[in-house]
Amino acid sequence: MRLITAVIKPHRIDEVKAALQAFGVHGMTVTEASGYGRQRGHTEVYRGAEYTVDLVPKTRIEILVDDEDSEQLIDVVVKAARTGKIGDGKVWSVPVETAVRVRTGDRGPDAL
Amino acid sequence: MSAADIGFILICAAMVMLMTPGLALFYGGMIRVKSALNMLMMVFIAMGISSVLWVLYGFSIAFGDSFNGEGGGIIGNFDFLGFKDILGLEGSADILTFAVFQLMFAVLTPALIAGALAERVKFSAWAVFVTLWVTLVYFPVAHWVWGDGGWIANLELDGREVIDFAGGTAVHINAGIAALAVVLVIGKRVGFKKDSSMRPHNLPMVLLGASLLWFGWFGFNAGSEGAANGTAALMALNTMVATGTAVLGWLIYERIRYGAYTTLGAASGAIGGLVAITPSGANVNPMGAMAIGLAAGAVCAWAVGLKFKLGFDDSLDVVGVHLVGGIIGTLMVGFLAIDGAAGIAQFALQAGAAAAVLAYSFVVSLLLALLLKHTMGFRADEEAETGGLDQAYHAESGYDFSQAGGGAGHGAVTAPAAAPAPADDKKVDA
Repeated sequence: MRLITAVIKPHRIDEVKAALQAFGVHGMTVTEASGYGRQRGHTEVYRGAEYTVDLVPKTRIEILVDDEDSEQLIDVVVKAARTGKIGDGKVWSVPVETAVRVRTGDRGPDAL
Repeated sequence: MSAADIGFILICAAMVMLMTPGLALFYGGMIRVKSALNMLMMVFIAMGISSVLWVLYGFSIAFGDSFNGEGGGIIGNFDFLGFKDILGLEGSADILTFAVFQLMFAVLTPALIAGALAERVKFSAWAVFVTLWVTLVYFPVAHWVWGDGGWIANLELDGREVIDFAGGTAVHINAGIAALAVVLVIGKRVGFKKDSSMRPHNLPMVLLGASLLWFGWFGFNAGSEGAANGTAALMALNTMVATGTAVLGWLIYERIRYGAYTTLGAASGAIGGLVAITPSGANVNPMGAMAIGLAAGAVCAWAVGLKFKLGFDDSLDVVGVHLVGGIIGTLMVGFLAIDGAAGIAQFALQAGAAAAVLAYSFVVSLLLALLLKHTMGFRADEEAETGGLDQAYHAESGYDFSQAGGGAGHGAVTAPAAAPAPADDKKVDA
């Protein structure tokens, strides 16, 4: 099993969700995140004082998948999240040792 | 007073009362999350303090007959202490109506100062400051300007009198310069000019607060006529015209200077316009009100940048908006006044009244702030300031962002125990 994590632009979440559903993914975890990469932040003005906001809003998606689906699924996410402009985000995966479905106690790939 | 007048003024009083919670929201939205409640409370507490003092001695000092004779009055006498005997007097209805209306001014004026001191003073010290400040500064100055025997009210030059219809000097210049004096004593917030997190946390709340202020200000301004008549109507019209124009003035300045039309700028422009029309609105025509509003909006938009250049931390720009706006309105009416009053003589009177209030309020406020600093301590300790005054003094969080029940910025906490923690267990040293 692998854990795929994607940090993307918040307004791409619906496209990514639709693409993952079409691919056959049954579940995911989505959280609001903030951060920056090459895009850096932006500037805001309050009563003439300029504030540099380093951390911009991002959406973080986490999906557990079987090993064989991993690379293909990453491609699906990248394709759906891409706008071609700076700040589109990152996708990465890491190996996962154990997964348990809380309700049934199923372990391993059965828990996905 | 006729029944219509009494009815009108009582409604105006209730409208002015709403300005103080409006101010709390206006200020509170501009504060960081961790001290937002403290800001609301600093404003709100004035409702309690000034109401009590008003009955005990405030009304008497502000509007009793002058101690030192007609015409040169410094403070009122003590005939109205505790409102004794007023209920039995002939004409007590008029006195009570006037007293409740003016009480709202005594609540709002010290509360205005709170914005300059945001996020860094001890709540207990603030409460003591409000008590001393209204006693030694606001009540006397109100007597000077509006008392029958007050010395500013009786100034005369070339057949003209000082124009301060609803409080450009007594309220806004007074609070604005006091704010400057206090911030010079207490110093800057930790992170001033460096910390990019010092942004308003809730701009919709700021706009809501500004709108409540704007609404209540019709009562403040029109009600200052003390009667339901044409002057009150002119004042109400000019209040709207000047304020709307000031919103435009601020936004135009911002668009040229910073390339954006900000919500905070629109709300601030409204307050700047309201401040400037306060002394002047009953004595100018609507075109004059427009000129005052435009000047107030644009000049205040420029003035709020001064604190960064000069290095004083007037957190929410009480100086840049109330002091500067008050001066603009007080001086401009010298040249825009209707009925042939406009001119050098009127301007000189206006400048003189402004200078007197500036000097007195600055000196006494500075001394009060120094007194508090060297006795009970004015400034919150650094841990309370950086951790947030809401937790330190109020044992509360303004917002619960986390479904796990944690306070703002404090992460998840465990479920509350059956019995609340004893008070001495909490870090509340206010």
